[in-house]
Amino acid sequence: MTVTDTNSATQVLDPEEARRLRNEQLERIGSFVLPVAIMVLAIWLWDRICVWNEIPQYILPRPGVVLQTIHSDAALLFSSLLVTLKITFLSLLLAVIGGVGLAVLFAQSKWVEMSFFPFAIVLQVTPIVAIFPLINIYVDNQTAKLLLCSWIVAFFPVLSNTTLGLNSVDRNLRDLFKLNHASRWQELWHLRLPAAMPYFLGGLKIAGGLSLIGAVVAEFVAGASGQSSGLASRIIEAGYRLNAPRLFAALILVSLAGIVIFLVLSLIAHLILRRWHESALKQER
Amino acid sequence: MGKGEKPLLALRSVGKTFSNGVTALADVDMTIREGDFLSLLGPSGCGKSTALRLIAGLMTPTTGLIDWDRKAGDDISVGFVFQEPTLLPWASVFDNVWLPLRLKGVSRGEARPAVMELLERVHLSGFENAVPRELSGGMRMRVSIARALVTRPRVLLMDEPFAALDEITRFRLNNDLLELWQDQRFTVVFVTHSVFESVFLSSRVVVMAARPGRVFDEIAIDAAYPRDAAFRTSQDYAAFCQRTSDVLGSAMNATGRSRDDGH
Repeated sequence: MTVTDTNSATQVLDPEEARRLRNEQLERIGSFVLPVAIMVLAIWLWDRICVWNEIPQYILPRPGVVLQTIHSDAALLFSSLLVTLKITFLSLLLAVIGGVGLAVLFAQSKWVEMSFFPFAIVLQVTPIVAIFPLINIYVDNQTAKLLLCSWIVAFFPVLSNTTLGLNSVDRNLRDLFKLNHASRWQELWHLRLPAAMPYFLGGLKIAGGLSLIGAVVAEFVAGASGQSSGLASRIIEAGYRLNAPRLFAALILVSLAGIVIFLVLSLIAHLILRRWHESALKQER
Repeated sequence: MGKGEKPLLALRSVGKTFSNGVTALADVDMTIREGDFLSLLGPSGCGKSTALRLIAGLMTPTTGLIDWDRKAGDDISVGFVFQEPTLLPWASVFDNVWLPLRLKGVSRGEARPAVMELLERVHLSGFENAVPRELSGGMRMRVSIARALVTRPRVLLMDEPFAALDEITRFRLNNDLLELWQDQRFTVVFVTHSVFESVFLSSRVVVMAARPGRVFDEIAIDAAYPRDAAFRTSQDYAAFCQRTSDVLGSAMNATGRSRDDGH
């Protein structure tokens, strides 16, 4: 009943099924090949535009030059990347701790949630760039400034998603726990937290990207006042010096970091949910 | 079995009115005896699920009381099977059945013999490591039944457990449930809207009427257990179904009239 037949190669397929199988294989290949092809084409066009229009390097460097810069400025760029990543991961960690902790607190009582959730929203909707001057006044330590900034941006999706998840438990399952005289703690541990897991992981994926954005934006705003050494400072610096190749190189590293963070978090989510949650299941016909 | 044994619990003038003013149950008297297989049969809105939740202690009655026969020092345990299997989707079959014991502080190792024995009884041996989504609807319901029985409750409460299953699966589960019941001698209160199912399973059928929910009549199904496929095609079965059906018909007419009177 539960074991679905897998298509063996020896099986005779009718034309419709054969076509479907072929389309599936094509789609699988296409999903890798097409984005790569388009990317290569775009980079080639970029290169050609520079050559055809004789654009000077300080305005638009050729892709080869950018690549060379990543290599030649590697020591500077990668140490800056490391600084930015450190802020990113620390703030993501704090966002997870803060977001999940507050969500669990909210789940204990509707009253607590009703009272404090508006504060979280206020914190979320106020643009971080506008809050930063205040943080700049109150916090001395440069790292703490950046962390706080990045944390404010990243923690809300974790909080809001986890709260939603903790409150989306099947009513019958809650009755089952009540029938078995489960304590509040048992209900949280055995029922609510696992049920909230898909929601939390969804929030985590968003927060991962946001904490990187937060770290970069914070450094940008702090750049004028501080003496930071993250990638954002490299970008500002390169901008002042009309060093476009390094600017591009730093930009590429930031977006690569963002992509890697997203992929890693997606992989974690997939590994945790693959056995039971709809979102991680392959579509069955 | 069932007849002549002492009452396990009694509903005495039990009524339930919700805060929105709906009276789900009014003045219900019902006695459930040790070893009974009692079905609550009635149209939707007759309060049969409410009665079950009151017995389970998930709700408290507005009027009247639910009178348990407590032996000294005895903790009345109930098992509950919902309309949906209501399993933890992230947990294996074993962990799902273990859950009620786990919540009582029984470790995995200590629970193992009881869980494995029950899984065998519901014909799920070998599936203990599967997660619910890998099982068919009938198998999920079997897990749910095993979970309800793992604490060895004195009463098994079932709220239309097989309503969402196909007929073949339902017949098979009916047979297996009866076998378990005869074997382990627990008491069952079974909510259903199927005349055929209630007659096949029960020693007594309580027919309820709606608006307000109340007990309309009671029919004793005096057919011997074990009941098997042959019983489904017997004259007796047909006669009991006919009778139960007639009573249900009058109950529904009574429902209609009382509603018209109210307007």
